[in-house]
Amino acid sequence: MTQADVTQHASPAERPDGLQGVVADWASDQRAFKGVPWGKAMMWIFLLSDTFIFSSFLISYMTVRMSTTVPWPFPSEVFALHLFGTDVPLILIAIMTFILISSSGTMVLAVNFGYRSNRKLTTLMLVVTALLGASFVGMQAFEWTKLILEGVRPWGNPFGAPQFGSTFFMITGFHGAHVSIGVLFLLIVARKVWRGDYDDGRRGFFTSRKGSYGTVEIMGLYWHFVDLVWVFIFALFYLW
Amino acid sequence: MTTAEGQQHPLGIYFKIWGLLFVLSTMSYLVDVLDFQGYLRWTLILIFMLLKAGLIVSVFMHMMWERLAIVYAILVPTLALMVLLSLMAIEGNYTEFTRFLYFGGGG
Repeated sequence: MTQADVTQHASPAERPDGLQGVVADWASDQRAFKGVPWGKAMMWIFLLSDTFIFSSFLISYMTVRMSTTVPWPFPSEVFALHLFGTDVPLILIAIMTFILISSSGTMVLAVNFGYRSNRKLTTLMLVVTALLGASFVGMQAFEWTKLILEGVRPWGNPFGAPQFGSTFFMITGFHGAHVSIGVLFLLIVARKVWRGDYDDGRRGFFTSRKGSYGTVEIMGLYWHFVDLVWVFIFALFYLW
Repeated sequence: MTTAEGQQHPLGIYFKIWGLLFVLSTMSYLVDVLDFQGYLRWTLILIFMLLKAGLIVSVFMHMMWERLAIVYAILVPTLALMVLLSLMAIEGNYTEFTRFLYFGGGG
């Protein structure tokens, strides 16, 4: 394969669409993912593997919840907060959901401003996303503390089936870890954008390669995935 | 709409999807507040969940603008999870059945 092959066929416009396009793109001796930088393809493949991990957790949660003969704790009551003299069901979880969706919104704006080479607005949006993410983790820490004080443990709890605790800590803990790592990742990218690394082609610390604003989009994929996982956890764990 | 590298789209669509995600989240929260139960609850929860997931993947993660080669490479493997899901649903039912049978509800 010559170098010319790669570059000539890299432009998506010349290639067939639909199923024919899939066959043409996947055919041998060429770059399969046209118009997708390698970093983005790798992030997608990582996210696919993460999908399998989270799905395995959620499916194992389904299995233990289906198979237990003890009644499952009622999430609406377990996660209620006592506010203004009444118990408001799931209110903290609802706020956390809106915060995470908003952080996804600011993330997508950061990606967009990045491709417009608007350094300041990109940095601002990345920092806002990181702050929203950090507040999400903070609320989760509050929720964990509350449940632990109420006696919820991985091996049992006062509300019902003992499997509730183990699946809860496992699933939300793994998701919270993803959010925390995402916040770090966001701050690192924000610093690079602010310093102008993607404008003046400064080489990366680990990779020694020149970065580009495509990095912000790859960062965005990870962040949206964290939000995506929360959509499933919110529906299947908290609302079910 | 797609450039060779990177995704650049008008801002308007992002704000619309952002708003739509808020509406869908509110609706799924209302399912709990209004205390719907049984099949109605599960159906609504799943519909809102899948709509939100679809919007995030297709617009925020730009899947709707990517070429089918990568869309299929990422989305088709997840179908394997449906197999695991159905197998474990059968397994869960069977375990519950044996627990009732042998432990009389104490398992």
